[in-house]
Amino acid sequence: MSNVYIARSTAIASRVLAGETMVMSVTDSTFFTLNDVATAIWHAADGVTPLTEIVTQNVCPEFEITPQEAFTDAEEFVRELATHGILQVSDQPMPDQDSVAGAA
Amino acid sequence: MMPALEEVALHTPVVEVGGIGIALHTTSARFASMVEDRYAGFVTQDGAADLSFEVELFDPREREFENARRRGISLEELLEDSFAEPPDDLAVTCEHRIWRIHRGDFDAHWNPQTGRGHIRQTVNPYALDSVLRIVHSLVLAQQGAFLIHAASAIRNGRAFLFSGVSGAGKTTISRLAPPDATLLTDEISYVRKNVQKNGMKHRSANYRAHGTPFAGELARLGENCSAPLDTLYMLAQGPENRIDEIHPVEATQMLLRNILFFAHDADLVHRVFEAACRFVERVPVRRLTFRLDAAVWDLIG
Repeated sequence: MSNVYIARSTAIASRVLAGETMVMSVTDSTFFTLNDVATAIWHAADGVTPLTEIVTQNVCPEFEITPQEAFTDAEEFVRELATHGILQVSDQPMPDQDSVAGAA
Repeated sequence: MMPALEEVALHTPVVEVGGIGIALHTTSARFASMVEDRYAGFVTQDGAADLSFEVELFDPREREFENARRRGISLEELLEDSFAEPPDDLAVTCEHRIWRIHRGDFDAHWNPQTGRGHIRQTVNPYALDSVLRIVHSLVLAQQGAFLIHAASAIRNGRAFLFSGVSGAGKTTISRLAPPDATLLTDEISYVRKNVQKNGMKHRSANYRAHGTPFAGELARLGENCSAPLDTLYMLAQGPENRIDEIHPVEATQMLLRNILFFAHDADLVHRVFEAACRFVERVPVRRLTFRLDAAVWDLIG
């Protein structure tokens, strides 16, 4: 999990409705509903914060789950969203996401 | 001696759905007549239009049509056999702010800034149907509104939508409607924001449902009228007639599955997504389970 950076894609539409975060890919219209943990990871996905730090600082203390459990969930979540182009994943920081041509 | 120029009559039926008029300029009297017949109740001649298309027809079967006409076979009858299954290679793309709508039986271009466009199509009512639906969906997306796979009807001055995929019961619930319900459509419902002519929102309701000529298995045009939208029902079939609440997120996802949009254009998808979210925030969306009998209408209106 070391040196993994995640960033929200620009090729998505998202909204919070009734306390839940909805995300839709503009590429293939895949629709996701994020639970609390996934929402915390999603909002922290700024491209420059390592995933390990997001998990240990944003997830574990907030949701009182073990780091091991949190890392497992985070990896699965990131993998699934990356498959649909909703999250971008890199082993290097991605500092300027607004200029990334992610839109369809 | 120069031959005299032959005067070609220009016909311009205007098909108005949901308060949006589309003028179809054609030199074919037969095509104009087909439009008037197919969209009866939604057509005016040379009326005011918001959008305008030049229609160019092509058909390699002109001679066959002429022979059929001489034998007294109507164009509709001939076309029903020939075009029962339109091609499925639809492509809707936007380049340099011009929409291109293409399928095997038509090719259309439309400039949303000028409202003008051009359609080249076969003499086929299904081709024009598709173009009209797609253009309306593009216009509505700009307004935070949409077309949706749903039957709709007016009862006691309020409109109700009944949405679902093919087989969910849209046509069935339309057939079961009581005499005091006005059917707007059994297939494609037209939802617009409820604004007055001066642009101010009505206080009574956030959205309005409009009748459309886009019929499903009922094969009947809807009434050309509208009413404030009361509820969107997601249809399900079951042993008893009942209404259940749906979580807003689930309602949004179900709504998005049933909204008609044809292009994976990033801006368009954003607009449709936002439109769906705003709609769910403002209009009740509930599950209507019914056992395919008319008693379901006791729960509605």
